[in-house]
Amino acid sequence: MSVSRFLGFVVKEYRHIFRDRRSLAILFGMPVIQILLFGFAVTTEIRDVKIAVLDLSRDATSQLIIDRILASGYFQLETQLADPAEIGPLFQSSRVKAVLVFEEGFDARLGKGDQATIQAIIDATDPNVAQSLAGYLGAILQQYQVEQLSTGLPLQIAVQTRMRYNPELKGVYLSVPGLISIILMLISSMMTSISITREKEMGSIEILLVSPMRPLGIILSKVIPYMFFALINAGTILMIGRYVFDVPIAGSVPLLIAEALLFVMSALSLGILISTIAKTQQVALMLSLAGLMMPTILLSGFMFPIDNMPWVLQAVSYIIPARWFNIIVKSIMLKGSDFSDIWQETLILVGFIVVFIGLGVKRFKVRLD
Amino acid sequence: MREHSSIYARNLTRRFGDFVAVDQISFEVSVGEIFGFLGANGAGKTTAIRMLCGLLTPTSGEAWVAGLDLFRQAEEIKRRIGYMSQRFSLYNDLTVAENIRLYGGIYGLRLADIRRKTDELLERLQLKDMRRELIEELPLGWKQKLAFSVALLHDPAIIFLDEPTGGVDPVTRRQFWEMIYETAAHGTTVFVTTHYMDEAEYCNRVSIMDQGRIAALDTPAALKKQFNVSSMDEVFVKLVRRQR
Repeated sequence: MSVSRFLGFVVKEYRHIFRDRRSLAILFGMPVIQILLFGFAVTTEIRDVKIAVLDLSRDATSQLIIDRILASGYFQLETQLADPAEIGPLFQSSRVKAVLVFEEGFDARLGKGDQATIQAIIDATDPNVAQSLAGYLGAILQQYQVEQLSTGLPLQIAVQTRMRYNPELKGVYLSVPGLISIILMLISSMMTSISITREKEMGSIEILLVSPMRPLGIILSKVIPYMFFALINAGTILMIGRYVFDVPIAGSVPLLIAEALLFVMSALSLGILISTIAKTQQVALMLSLAGLMMPTILLSGFMFPIDNMPWVLQAVSYIIPARWFNIIVKSIMLKGSDFSDIWQETLILVGFIVVFIGLGVKRFKVRLD
Repeated sequence: MREHSSIYARNLTRRFGDFVAVDQISFEVSVGEIFGFLGANGAGKTTAIRMLCGLLTPTSGEAWVAGLDLFRQAEEIKRRIGYMSQRFSLYNDLTVAENIRLYGGIYGLRLADIRRKTDELLERLQLKDMRRELIEELPLGWKQKLAFSVALLHDPAIIFLDEPTGGVDPVTRRQFWEMIYETAAHGTTVFVTTHYMDEAEYCNRVSIMDQGRIAALDTPAALKKQFNVSSMDEVFVKLVRRQR
């Protein structure tokens, strides 16, 4: 096929996109909105969590511990309680996430060398938050204990934890790589499958197939604009991550772009595959949402850790390109890995492309005859 | 003979599994003829047209289109034919000029030629002021006329029209047929399917397909005489009823 014919067709595709407000909104609005949402709002970080204290002993040690907990910046004292009966209503009205109960004679017990107990009652309607709260409280108390012990006992084991690659445990470190794969998947597979099925639905595909244009040329020229927009979006998300949320890019940017291109190609070939199955835009949309977007969001390790999934879902996650791409992006961005660290994941992506394109071409031929 | 006919088909057959969609049809269309291709829905019309346009591979038989062998030269045939259907005419979100340019490009026309032909075409259709309008702004009749002209942009030897006047008002249909006559007068063969029996009267010859076979093929006058009726409508009804 001649170059000018091909370019003319690419230009046509750009016009379709730029004259359709919905396409524009999805292509340029959604990625920015999503990254800002995930960055600012959807966060699992603990900050200024409201707690209540029921201090039954009211002595120096319990006051010291409360001060330590509040000084950490993670917790905020909502109210002091005097009676255990107040705890239930407090939780029900959602005024606090946790209540700390110091037993009577706290100081006295410690002084005698007895075990003193602090009870932490935590609202576990959101298990993830509850878990983090317990963890933070435990860590603060542990540190306090170590400090106290160090004055007396000669022998002690202190655990020094160092959070590597994400010292502040920021959620946005996880959401930037995850969002890149979701946005790229969305644009590359959903948008292309819809744009190809639109030609089928309108009947224009017949006009094109009757023309001297080869099917491969038709598909390539439809796919190229989306590939371009997908990469622009990947760049935008990286920039916002870097300059708005301070997510570092430790590794090589060219390598990151090359890997993103591979992932885009695997997503595009999935989009083409969907368009050979779906007869209407509606079906293409449903297939991409249910068949691609949901697994990409839920099973790629972006939302939930893959290791904790039942084996069936773990098995499914193996055939999700985003799972491998997430590993690649996280390694390059956060750990500064080079190609020798991620060649296996890269190879898997290449494998996906070969298989998906093979299936797509086969189906396209079947459909033509 | 087959190289000289515009379309030549001998025992052309297409099966889908056990179902025979087109069953050994044979016919010839000469250069510059207006050939009406009629039949009820599901009679095999669409399958036949798709084969002749190179969209479907025939199961068996023989066919020559524009002097080229359908089995061996399908790609060359695509360059020499035009195709227009009522289902889709032009891209609604592109302008008049952009659509013309796109089709010119698809058929490998040079930019200078496309420009010249665009001017001529818009002049002829009196659409000069609409050049930069989006197709969706145009009334259906104008769209169809424009689509017909665009399908002829690369001067094809044969133009296939698949129900070109569906949903168009009678006056525009009349104008559309004037364009068809003009095209045929210039030596382009017109292969047209339609549901309107009055349009069948305008064709030089008409074939009527039924259950995958060509049930009748002649001039409208001869067919009416053969069935002893006064309109093509009655010919069609009588024929299809007799076959069932």
